[in-house]
Amino acid sequence: MSAINLDFKQSFFQLFGLAQSFELNLLLLEQRYRALQLQVHPDQAAHLVDTQQRVALQQATFVNEAYQTLRSPLRRARYLLKLNDVDTQEETNTAMPLDFLMAQMDLREAVIEAQQQRDVTALDNLSAQMQSETRELETQVAAKIDGEKDYLAAAELVRKLRFMEKLAEEIHAAYDEIDN
Amino acid sequence: MALLQISEPGMSTAPHQHRLAVGIDLGTTNSLVATVRNGTSAVLNDAQGRAMLPSVVRYVDAQQILVGEIAQRNQNDDPINTISSVKRFMGRGLSDLGDTSRFPYRFMTDANTQTVQLRTAAGVKSPVEVSAEILKVLRTRAELSLGGELVGAVITVPAYFDDAQRQATKDAARLAGLNVLRLLNEPTAAAIAYGLDNGAEGVYAVYDLGGGTFDISILRLSRGVFEVLATNGDSVLGGDDFDQRIFCWLLEQNSLSALPASDMRLLLTHARTAKEQLTEHNEARITAMLSDGRVIDSVLSQAQFHEMSNNLLQRTLQPLRRALRDAGLKVADINGVVMVGGATRMPQVQRAVGEFFAQMPLTNLDPDKVVALGAAIQANLLAGNRGEDEWLLLDVIPLSLGLETMGGLAEKVIPRNSTIPTARAQEFTTYKDGQTAMSIHVVQGERELISDCRSLAKFELRGIPAMVAGAARIRVTFQVDADGLLSVAAREMGSGVEAIIEVKPSYGLADADIARMLQESGQYAKEDMQARALRELQTEANQLVDAVKNALAQDGGLLTETQRAEITAQLESLQNSLQDSDAQVLKRAITALNDVTVNFAQARMDKSVACALAGKKISDLEI
Repeated sequence: MSAINLDFKQSFFQLFGLAQSFELNLLLLEQRYRALQLQVHPDQAAHLVDTQQRVALQQATFVNEAYQTLRSPLRRARYLLKLNDVDTQEETNTAMPLDFLMAQMDLREAVIEAQQQRDVTALDNLSAQMQSETRELETQVAAKIDGEKDYLAAAELVRKLRFMEKLAEEIHAAYDEIDN
Repeated sequence: MALLQISEPGMSTAPHQHRLAVGIDLGTTNSLVATVRNGTSAVLNDAQGRAMLPSVVRYVDAQQILVGEIAQRNQNDDPINTISSVKRFMGRGLSDLGDTSRFPYRFMTDANTQTVQLRTAAGVKSPVEVSAEILKVLRTRAELSLGGELVGAVITVPAYFDDAQRQATKDAARLAGLNVLRLLNEPTAAAIAYGLDNGAEGVYAVYDLGGGTFDISILRLSRGVFEVLATNGDSVLGGDDFDQRIFCWLLEQNSLSALPASDMRLLLTHARTAKEQLTEHNEARITAMLSDGRVIDSVLSQAQFHEMSNNLLQRTLQPLRRALRDAGLKVADINGVVMVGGATRMPQVQRAVGEFFAQMPLTNLDPDKVVALGAAIQANLLAGNRGEDEWLLLDVIPLSLGLETMGGLAEKVIPRNSTIPTARAQEFTTYKDGQTAMSIHVVQGERELISDCRSLAKFELRGIPAMVAGAARIRVTFQVDADGLLSVAAREMGSGVEAIIEVKPSYGLADADIARMLQESGQYAKEDMQARALRELQTEANQLVDAVKNALAQDGGLLTETQRAEITAQLESLQNSLQDSDAQVLKRAITALNDVTVNFAQARMDKSVACALAGKKISDLEI
């Protein structure tokens, strides 16, 4: 094993040697992630002294954080905007287009209803709809960030994606509830 | 030594010394120790050639502690001081155990940690201390067998163990004088043993039904990477529960209630035997005599057993579905299903799992040993014995970590199935002017209400500089290490003062506690391990001598003159060896007496009304 020194200040893209863009070669990301973890994972340092084990823990944690961030489209977009000094204002900015909010409300009511009716088919359909709308938003994010470099427009899309993520969590929880 | 390991690849040609490391499967029912020798992982047997050490500890008195079969054999006579399935109590409070009347123990609660304790003939013992006794025996076995001190051990835990249960396991290992290289999830260990052996690639489900715990893990195996995609389970469901079903049926069938502890233990033992018989046979006959002379004689059919245990099986399918959903996979995506744990021998389990995954589960591994074998392989790697192969293990945290927020709700900080090690920082601020302290409550679990989650730690952050409300910024970092264990650090950012507070969850033993306990048990720790092993052999020999004498007195008539002479000769030989202090001689004498009594035991069995323990040696029978 070779002890490598990771620069914790470099960007996640630099860490994996990838270009800083929303469009990403996920296969390459995964390969580089695994290659890095093979070097820094605490399992590689288990027989070494405490300080080296602590370094391994920090480095592996950093690499995991970087990988999880870049792998998820929502987190990747949020991270890219942060690198460009744009705050996505997910907690503060609640001004969403009315039709989007209405659609979200309808979807959530449908999830609750499907859960109450224990209707798995309905949940499957809602899940498919959620996924297709999420992909559509992601395509738009790619256009705004990589193409037009319109980060403010991208920030609004990120806020919408956050709604979709919440919806996905609720669908997931509904499946679990039906299982109980 | 450590410096030797840091060399450029290809530069170091001097082969370094093989470092002794073991994998330990600390099971609910049985425990095993394994190691890698000459590139092969193998389970280490005890002096009698037995691989499995029953996870049973008997506190005879303050001095004498028996572990394993020796303890198990007299379980029915001394149930209160004979602790079995202690794994179920690890890191648990009394309220977690449900109806404690089904256990023959005297429970207490530790005032500091609120965890379960047991009152025994040797005083109050924690589950950590009981487990440490089991681990000490395995450590001694390994050191005798490998001829040296261990560099370290990998201890396996159910994947679904929470932080408190993991911490308790690690404490037990340290108390047993083991250097813990890693806590490894049991299904992951099994996947390593299976995957490396078979060059497996693809997505595998590991269905692990042990004595007291159930785990399901979904892993992706590809080119030297074992990646856990999702894990789920039930840490209070296992083979024991199937015994319990038979036990309850026996009570019902025979209109029994309020039995003394020894009768409960007796019927549970018979229930377990019946369960094992029903794996091979269509029915099992259960006969037993209770302490008041009542005779139990019931016949249980396989069909009845399957029916009464069906909802236990259903309880394992729910975690299966959840794990698949968490991994974002469908049943059709699973390339193979690996079965782990003795309870998966039950035909109804194999059938249910096969139906769920629409494929025959892989049963070409010994479900009792595969976890220990995998743990040994990982221990060998972690100890720094690099072979040709190198692999990467990416495991996950099984349950979400969260914080209590206003209104008693849990806010997730680290979601379940996050790859470990992982960390997450959360910022807090004061809500009152001049506020200098703040309390933080960390919980683990998936439910929304704090009261439905497991409380891991409550701590106060003090010494926050007095500022107006909202000005202080306290950054709390949650770190989960590669063992799946949590530590928390807090730092005040707003004032520029960076006071770092390391907080360990409250239930773990502090290093000072471990040191004190090690000192208290100093008589064992300091004692030469050879002497300890000898003493255990002597105890075993004494028990065997007594058993054979009793058997001769009761059923000597079953023997021919020659047989009787043969047994008497070996009996005397063993009694003579008892004076000797040579463990090897004693071991040989025990084996010899056991061997000549095989047929005698058989004859006694045939004669008695007992439950088909054919082929067992006298020492295995409950006399």
